[in-house]
Amino acid sequence: MELKRRVMLAAAPLTAVSMLLTACGGTDAASTAIPAAATAVATMAPGAAAGAATAMTGAATVVATNVTGMTGGTGKLEMFSWWTTGGEEAGLKALYALYKTDHANVEIVNQAVAGAAGSDAKAVLKARMLGGDPPDSFQVHMGHELLDGYVAAGQVEPLDDLYKSEGFDKAFPQGVLDIVSGKGPDGVQHFWSVPVNIHRANVLWYNKTVLSANGITSPPATFADFFKDADILKAKGITPLALGDKVPFASAHLFETVLVGTLGVDGYKGLWTGGTKWDAAKVTEALNNFKKMLGYINSDHAALTWDQANDQLIAGKAAMTIMGDWVDADYKAKKFTDYGWANAPGTAGVYDALSDTFALPKGAKDHDNALAWLKLAGSRAGQDAFNPLKGSIPARIDAGQGDYDAYLKSAITDWKKDTIVPSVVHGAAAKDGWAQAYTDAVNTFVTSQDVAATQKSLVQAAADNLK
Amino acid sequence: MNRVHQEATVAVPAALPQIRKAPISRDRLISIALISPSILAIAVFVYGFIAQTAWVSLVKWDNLKPDYTFVGLYNYDRLFQNQRFQIDLTNTLVFTVLFIIACLGIGLLLATLLDQKIRFEALFRNIFMFPLAVSFIVTGVAWRWLLTPSSGVNLILNALGLLNKDPNKWPGWFTDPTFGIKAVVIAAVWQMSGYVMAMYLAGLRGIPEELREAARVDGATEWQIFRRVIFPLLQPITLSAVIILGHISLKIFDLTKSMTGPGAGFSTDVPALFMYDTTFSGSHFSQGAAIAMVLLFFVSLLIIPYLIYNFRTEVQT
Repeated sequence: MELKRRVMLAAAPLTAVSMLLTACGGTDAASTAIPAAATAVATMAPGAAAGAATAMTGAATVVATNVTGMTGGTGKLEMFSWWTTGGEEAGLKALYALYKTDHANVEIVNQAVAGAAGSDAKAVLKARMLGGDPPDSFQVHMGHELLDGYVAAGQVEPLDDLYKSEGFDKAFPQGVLDIVSGKGPDGVQHFWSVPVNIHRANVLWYNKTVLSANGITSPPATFADFFKDADILKAKGITPLALGDKVPFASAHLFETVLVGTLGVDGYKGLWTGGTKWDAAKVTEALNNFKKMLGYINSDHAALTWDQANDQLIAGKAAMTIMGDWVDADYKAKKFTDYGWANAPGTAGVYDALSDTFALPKGAKDHDNALAWLKLAGSRAGQDAFNPLKGSIPARIDAGQGDYDAYLKSAITDWKKDTIVPSVVHGAAAKDGWAQAYTDAVNTFVTSQDVAATQKSLVQAAADNLK
Repeated sequence: MNRVHQEATVAVPAALPQIRKAPISRDRLISIALISPSILAIAVFVYGFIAQTAWVSLVKWDNLKPDYTFVGLYNYDRLFQNQRFQIDLTNTLVFTVLFIIACLGIGLLLATLLDQKIRFEALFRNIFMFPLAVSFIVTGVAWRWLLTPSSGVNLILNALGLLNKDPNKWPGWFTDPTFGIKAVVIAAVWQMSGYVMAMYLAGLRGIPEELREAARVDGATEWQIFRRVIFPLLQPITLSAVIILGHISLKIFDLTKSMTGPGAGFSTDVPALFMYDTTFSGSHFSQGAAIAMVLLFFVSLLIIPYLIYNFRTEVQT
């Protein structure tokens, strides 16, 4: 009896609390759970916007003090990226080291999430941004991936002041300025991120010895040349074109270069603005070219990632591969020197570009440290420290002095004279929803090789996203 | 209950006012107090979020910025027209059927063999159970290596002289679009059949020896005993195993994500992978929610009959 009373005494307040909770749960959770949750998410952006607006008014002064030699600073810098291996990581670490020389007391928190082309990192970032827990700065591809994504959602700050004070608006070529700027939620044109590098997507890499041993004196420049050379190689039991599309971006990347090569600059650019119809005969021709190319790839392509496919080229089992110029850093890391490069078939004089940029989320906890980071990433010293290691070229026109290898030197030259087109697989040409639908369609095609059905999917994807 | 109370009031009149004051007994109050936090948590974190997902699947949230414009079943309509989703549904069906059949078959076989009072039974039991201790991610990575055409299993088969001399004609396993998802089944069965074995073994141990003896006395062969006595008695175990395996296979994500990815032509893709891609790579939040609801529907097709069955048996007993 005594025990029972004690239990009752203990249980009484507990009961009261839990009754209260159930009562709240009964009215709130059940009847208004959905709208409540809805407004929670919906108001998050404006709420953050309000906070950021005050931050923005202060931002101009902050930038000013920052720029005129703010060394030091305390607290943290949480940097989000998908650079976890090889040259990428080395480049990032070099930037960190530079940052540390001026900001010795800032603790850099390296939030890097592994995964090819950043697909998994982007998922983590999206969850954090939507959950209201942004990092201080994050890596994002230049172009529509950012503009139609976080910019449209009002989750990043415009960087106009930084561009002006640091002279970025004159340091980057017009082609880049056009792609990093866009209308914000306020309907005004702003700069949204700072490009640290430029990569090229339309590069054909080849094993010099394998080509010359089979009597091929120069790499193929057109599709006709490519198929002719591929037949020679195939007859010798060599895989003409190495592909590793375990992560489907690789085949979508290959098809992107085929689209550029088949449709030309204006035709390709028009695909993403509505100027070129996806049901055009030229797109059918591109799909047929791609289909023919798929007849020359390694049979285990679906088991390999792009760098594993590249190993076949290094081993001499494959002759060529078409991949972005991060391949150059991969060769360097694997100490392979017997390679040459050329533009992917049909893309002479075209620079299919993508760029890694850094953006500043609204509500970043260490706003000033993040601004200092962006300033460094866009500076000549920062770009020339980062790019030779990463295996990319600087976005700045006045940079490019440093330890760049032969390929990168040639790319720096091309960058100044070639026509720039935006890459779709790497976020520049279209928003991520469209890029994903495109990638899905191409990945289905690699197996089905059904030209009509794939073209229909691509037409549908364009209709969904060109609004 | 009421009758008991009435009898009590009649017998002890002094207790009468007390009972009128407290229509809910103390025990009842305590039990409500103790379970209400978990009920509340489940209401919010399970059913609340299911309701929110259902709502998101009916609106036009197609970018990072939430858009709660109601569009009815539009997302579902588009989803079922999507080539990738059609492939996913076929893959799920193939995976579920093969996975359940293989796990039940192998599990029952192993359990029957272990039940023969062999030596080192505990050792074998542990060996077969061990894969269960590994996460699907680890299983996926290991089996990816094993089933990559140029390495692993193919090299063993080749050493045994079982394969074509031309490496290009070796089995492609998960890289072969026509084989595709079946390679994932192999890995999943490797992991889960030991678990089914344990369930069956427990079931077999629960069958009284007298039943077998009685059947033997009646002149039944061992096979007949198994077929007519043991197997029917194992039916509840089979049902539980099908439910457990079925909901695992419908929701499978980690295994395919780490082992194969969506695969060539989505030959190893499953709805959960598509859901992840479309939501987090494509920002199609409403489409992702629609896939989640379709998955929930399939799982309920499996679970609800089971719950009803359980409920009925409980009422009967």
